[in-house]
Amino acid sequence: MYQFNFQPVFDSIDLLLNGAWLTVRLSLMAMAAGLVVSVLGAVGKTSGIRALRVLIDIYVEVIRNTPFLIQIFFIYFGLPAVGLSMSPDSAALLALVINVGAYGTEIIRSGIESIPRGQIEAGRALGLSPVQIFRHVVIRPALRNVYPSLTSQFIYLMLTSSVVSVISANDLASAGADLNARTFASFEIYLVLTIMYFLLALGFSTAFGMIRRVFFDYPAGR
Amino acid sequence: MIREFTSAELLFIVGAIRWTLILSAIAFLGGAIGGLGIALARTSQGRALRRVAAGFIQVFQGTPLLMQLFLVYFGLAVVGLPINPLLAAAVALTLHASAYLGEIWRGAIQAVPQGQSEAATALALSYSDRMRHVVLPQAMRLAVAPTVGFLVQLIKGTSLASIIGFTELTRAGQIINNATFKPFLVFGTVAALYFMLCWPLSLLARRMETRMRRAITR
Repeated sequence: MYQFNFQPVFDSIDLLLNGAWLTVRLSLMAMAAGLVVSVLGAVGKTSGIRALRVLIDIYVEVIRNTPFLIQIFFIYFGLPAVGLSMSPDSAALLALVINVGAYGTEIIRSGIESIPRGQIEAGRALGLSPVQIFRHVVIRPALRNVYPSLTSQFIYLMLTSSVVSVISANDLASAGADLNARTFASFEIYLVLTIMYFLLALGFSTAFGMIRRVFFDYPAGR
Repeated sequence: MIREFTSAELLFIVGAIRWTLILSAIAFLGGAIGGLGIALARTSQGRALRRVAAGFIQVFQGTPLLMQLFLVYFGLAVVGLPINPLLAAAVALTLHASAYLGEIWRGAIQAVPQGQSEAATALALSYSDRMRHVVLPQAMRLAVAPTVGFLVQLIKGTSLASIIGFTELTRAGQIINNATFKPFLVFGTVAALYFMLCWPLSLLARRMETRMRRAITR
């Protein structure tokens, strides 16, 4: 009969809590930078410049059709071979941003395409500048339309970030791996880790709901 | 000694695709059976059954696949089974696929108009006849595109089995990289192979989705 022993986990709970904080920080940075990449990618794809569109298409398809694990190996082990070395933490962040940027580009593109042309023409008729039109008429309603897909992609990013532990970047899964190497209470450690990730996902989901109410809770035009 | 990256090394990597495909097939078949059960439970009349299915989906969609793999891998020892990477990966990916397919198919079942079920009930069809002959065939048409899309996610997910020591495509790449020290070439090759597996499926899913949308809006 297997004897459960949660003592090592409780003795080092501060190590795991610190790891959870690192995962939150890494995810938030990746989400913020990923959002920028996604908006730029979506604008590029809808810009009508053919060469740009093809380039973005290649980026999106390559990232979406290869595993994140291979992407992080390529960035962390492959790029130094061509003279681009970086720390595990930087490689982890870069890989996550590149990954979520590809999915985000497609999501936001569909949001931008959901804005009726008449809205943009109406903005122009009201004398809004192109920047104002983009900010108030295009991107805000577009983000509102795709908000559920975008935020579930962000939560998926947070869960995927556990994979960065394979290059020993600092995060919750790495903290668990360190603890496992010292105590061998494997099942207990990973059970607690899984619960912590679940709580993080719930936390992010709640926070995204609050952000939606602050930024996107206005009457819809149609 | 550092080995060169020759055709033998390339062949070793390409040969490992076999295990990626086998693992994907096991997880997909297992996930199809589990997913159907989850989807039916999720849309059933029983309140408790719906709750359990919803909880299952939430847990597996709300935790990392990597943690699920570790839990099953170390969990085998807890239930007294020998530790076996293939078994652990197959079980974890099957549970993972069951949750995702269950959620996709729940959506498809609920998208079939209520009147269809009511008409079948009015014709005195039993639950199983109603599902088999009326609801599921219609739900299936709606579910094909997102199911193929999930298959891409599943194939990519099998790469994580390398972390618990199962030698599929990703781990074959790691093994060759450790011997040749050509990470750019090796992981570039592995990425290209995954792309060749996944891209056609992605294109197929998108084409089916467009065709479906046109059929619905017509």
